[in-house]
Amino acid sequence: MKPITPAQSGTFESSDVIVLIEPMPKNSGRKIEISSTVMQQFGASFQQIVSDMLDQYDMTDIHLIAKDKGALEPTIKARLETAIKRSLGQQEGTL
Amino acid sequence: MKTFRNRRTMLYIPGNNPAMIQQGGIYGADSILLDLEDAVALNQKDAARTLVRNMIRVTDFYDAEVCVRINHLSTPFGLADLEEIVPLQPSALRYPKTESAEEVAELLAIIEKIEDKHHLPHDRMTLHAMIETAMGVQNVFSIASKFSRIDAITIGGQDLTADMNIVYTADGAGIDFARKRIVMAAKASHIDVIDTVFPDVNDEEGLRKETEYAKRIGFTGKAVINPRQIDVVHDVFSPTEEEIRKAYRIVKEFRTNSKAGIGVFAIDGKMVDAPIVARAEYLLRLANVIIE
Repeated sequence: MKPITPAQSGTFESSDVIVLIEPMPKNSGRKIEISSTVMQQFGASFQQIVSDMLDQYDMTDIHLIAKDKGALEPTIKARLETAIKRSLGQQEGTL
Repeated sequence: MKTFRNRRTMLYIPGNNPAMIQQGGIYGADSILLDLEDAVALNQKDAARTLVRNMIRVTDFYDAEVCVRINHLSTPFGLADLEEIVPLQPSALRYPKTESAEEVAELLAIIEKIEDKHHLPHDRMTLHAMIETAMGVQNVFSIASKFSRIDAITIGGQDLTADMNIVYTADGAGIDFARKRIVMAAKASHIDVIDTVFPDVNDEEGLRKETEYAKRIGFTGKAVINPRQIDVVHDVFSPTEEEIRKAYRIVKEFRTNSKAGIGVFAIDGKMVDAPIVARAEYLLRLANVIIE
């Protein structure tokens, strides 16, 4: 699936992560940018969670930016799911 | 369904705040109330619902009862809340602005349909009806008494005064009738009754005064909006050591006398009969004291 609209979820608060998604031109694949206050310790794990979630929704032609402030895995997954569903027009939210 | 549980405090936690949710269990509140309703902005309802769903699955809330306040079914969010939260079977769902028994019956039918779909029993998760409109106050006894899944009712002071077009004041004058009517409905139905929040987190004396009043008129607990309020409310609703000792003596002597066929007796010159014993037994349950 491809995002049909820019979308956002989460906050810049501690223990949260903000996720931004924007549609990319056809055949662009995935562009993922992750920054985290705990990148050194959990960066690889974070990357894996993002990839798995994008695979789950079969997302392509997507630019995803995640700025993390120490969110736990269930929070990361929740924010990704919300942003993806919003970008697919399945849920309403910000942006 | 109506098992005994201490519900002195119910700590409200905004459903879209991961930091507060993950720390919710450490403050020692008897109940944690993850809020998808008033504490969540309209354009974040979907985000909060997904976050609460994920966090409930993995978060350790220690001994606290975990409740989720969903949105009313008349909103665009209520049904989606049920579909996400019911399969997780938290201890209880809190339903806002409950106005009639018919409305509760409709809600329970939807809950049970979701439970059937997930092969879940109908008697594990309970329901707390929140009374916060004039119509709800008028119908509170039928709401409280008709459904075995309702094991607590609560009053929402701010919404109730808004519905009554009056200003919520610190002395609680505008909601005093509602408080007492709701308490009586709960007592007649043998379920818990939780008082509304005290909104000024910096006024500890005011909180204590209001909690003492709530206890005096029959409430079994109070909702809190800040962890700082927990100790005060627990202090008020917990029996003192002297009360526990006295209750223990009453129940012990009652059992001894009952075996001898004596129903009414005296302790320290004061008559002890069935209502006094019942009160003493309730107090011992609150204090988690078991008499062999």
